[in-house]
Amino acid sequence: MKVGVIMKQTFDTEEKIIIHNGIISEEGVKFVINPYDEYAVEEAIRLKENAGGQVVAISVGPPRCAEALRTALAMGADEAILITDDRIPHDEYAVSVVLAAYFADNPFDLILGGNFAIDTGAGQVAVRLAELLQLPHVSSITKLTFISVERVQVERDAEGDLELLELDLPALFTAQQGLNEPRYPSLPGILKAKKKPFQQLSLDDVGIDPNDVQAKTNRAELFLPPVRAAGQILQGDLPEQAAKLVGLLHITPRPGGTSL
Amino acid sequence: MSRTFLIIAEHRDGKLRQVTMEALQAAIEASEHDDRISAVLIGSGVEPLADELSAYPLSEIHLLDEDQFLTYNPETYTAALGGIIETVRPDGLFIGHTAMGRDIAPALAAKLQAGQLSDVIAIEKIDDSVLFTRPVYAGKALEKKTFAQYPWVVTVRPNNFIAASRSDHPPASITRVVSTSATPLRTIVKDVVRKTSGKVDLTEAKVIVSGGRGVKSADGFKPLEELAELLGGAVGASRGACDAGYCDYALQIGQTGKVVTPEIYIACGISGAIQHLAGMSGSRVIIAINKDPEAPIFKVADYGIVGDLFEVVPLLTQEFRKVLN
Ligand SMILES: Cc1cc2nc3c(=O)[nH]c(=O)nc-3n(C[C@H](O)[C@H](O)[C@H](O)COP(=O)(O)OP(=O)(O)OC[C@H]3O[C@@H](n4cnc5c(N)ncnc54)[C@H](O)[C@@H]3O)c2cc1C
Repeated sequence: MKVGVIMKQTFDTEEKIIIHNGIISEEGVKFVINPYDEYAVEEAIRLKENAGGQVVAISVGPPRCAEALRTALAMGADEAILITDDRIPHDEYAVSVVLAAYFADNPFDLILGGNFAIDTGAGQVAVRLAELLQLPHVSSITKLTFISVERVQVERDAEGDLELLELDLPALFTAQQGLNEPRYPSLPGILKAKKKPFQQLSLDDVGIDPNDVQAKTNRAELFLPPVRAAGQILQGDLPEQAAKLVGLLHITPRPGGTSL
Repeated sequence: MSRTFLIIAEHRDGKLRQVTMEALQAAIEASEHDDRISAVLIGSGVEPLADELSAYPLSEIHLLDEDQFLTYNPETYTAALGGIIETVRPDGLFIGHTAMGRDIAPALAAKLQAGQLSDVIAIEKIDDSVLFTRPVYAGKALEKKTFAQYPWVVTVRPNNFIAASRSDHPPASITRVVSTSATPLRTIVKDVVRKTSGKVDLTEAKVIVSGGRGVKSADGFKPLEELAELLGGAVGASRGACDAGYCDYALQIGQTGKVVTPEIYIACGISGAIQHLAGMSGSRVIIAINKDPEAPIFKVADYGIVGDLFEVVPLLTQEFRKVLN
């Protein structure tokens, strides 16, 4: 079985955001595999460990993404592809078109990705890719089980409800928290990763004309949210504090719940 | 030139979801007076909801009411809504940033070869362009974006637009549409386990009472649930509480959980890690209850109570009950 994992590199979740010259500064920032994509990488490796096959990690992004792909290789992926080209804009439409071009030439039984990227929060590329490849998809899965060689059952987290779906491969899935617990790369894994195939591709290599990946959206402004100032720590004994707080809030009961 | 906007109406437990009216409001805010706004309603046995929807300022409602649409299936829904889109040819599509919206919007955007802006929290018009504000890095920063061309797709974060009100015009016309699914179905929905039935949706809640590792056990959530219920709100959690197995991951708020913007957020036994703050710092009023006066959560809280949550939360419930009765 051939499993493709689409993944991106994002800021570590601990990082604070600093805007410099209108863009988010990357200086001194620690980068990681997008946490949701990490679940996808882990799931792909587990599938391979259980049933055999090959795991290819694919990323579209700047050259620094190579590091995230190396981590995926160190975790146990077999091969990595980095599609990097200055002519690919920061736009989900564009990225999905680039990936679709790659996958059209390289078919997989299963494609896994993250539920969304914690930087852009867009959550578009994987589902767009499924649609472009005419593959069925289920997003936000918390469990994946094979019921036959080419039929799987998945559990999807739908805002707290659990949906159970069944579908034939090839298909695409996006990972939600709870799918698994990603491993840390082992030292032998890190050493082995250095010898694994790593391919870097440009737009020309995947056969895309830059005119076909013009951005559909543009950023006009980037800014930090207003800083939340610390408020007041209430004083007095606890019952007094509780009464004070309720007095400060001026709530009104409404049909859809209480409001301020 | 007049444009057509289409909103996808969502419902749950036999009611139109609040986010539907918020998506409509977003469409209204993006529109000019000669634009048309229509809606599509999909489900099974949802005709009464179409009537209800027709009271809102819409020019037309496309109704897809069939057994096969009883539960959300990405394949059947994408095919059916894709069909509507082909006939309506909307310039802009608006959907809630919900479980369904997050899934179907990118599929429809791909079909339309359209750009999409997800999780939009505000819309403004400047000269000829429409600017969409959305969070990045789970709200650690915000961006304003424009579309380079039509058509476009927008998902609207719940709880950020005021809900559109009913209009005093004659009701919108309802057009029944019969889906023509050509390709055989590859995906089947075997079961839907409703864990949230009857409860207030976390992302739409006006009040959230959230518990962290300080809650100490699944049982420890009981006083929080009681307070949430009294206030007509929902219970949330930190990842600490989810990881410890005190509650479901569906409740997790933060950078890798849900991003919420209620009017009141009550954090109980939550330290206030940066990943957690990312998910709730857009709340209107934040209240922190923590026994550690140094806990970082107090740095973002409007009101803080230093104390044991098992004492404080029941006291709050008692006091709120007094003012609500
Ligand atoms: C990749 C990544 C993603 C993450 N994503 C998220 C996310 O989305 N959401 C999230 O929340 N976290 C996330 N985290 C985890 C985050 O870093 C913190 O570990 C987590 O938020 C801590 O949860 P907590 O505040 O409940 O627990 P703790 O930090 O252990 O805090 C418990 C608090 O409870 C207080 N307390 C204890 N007993 C009582 C009592 N009886 N009464 C009152 N107070 C009491 C303590 O003083 C303490 O402040 C993520 C981490 C990583 C690495």
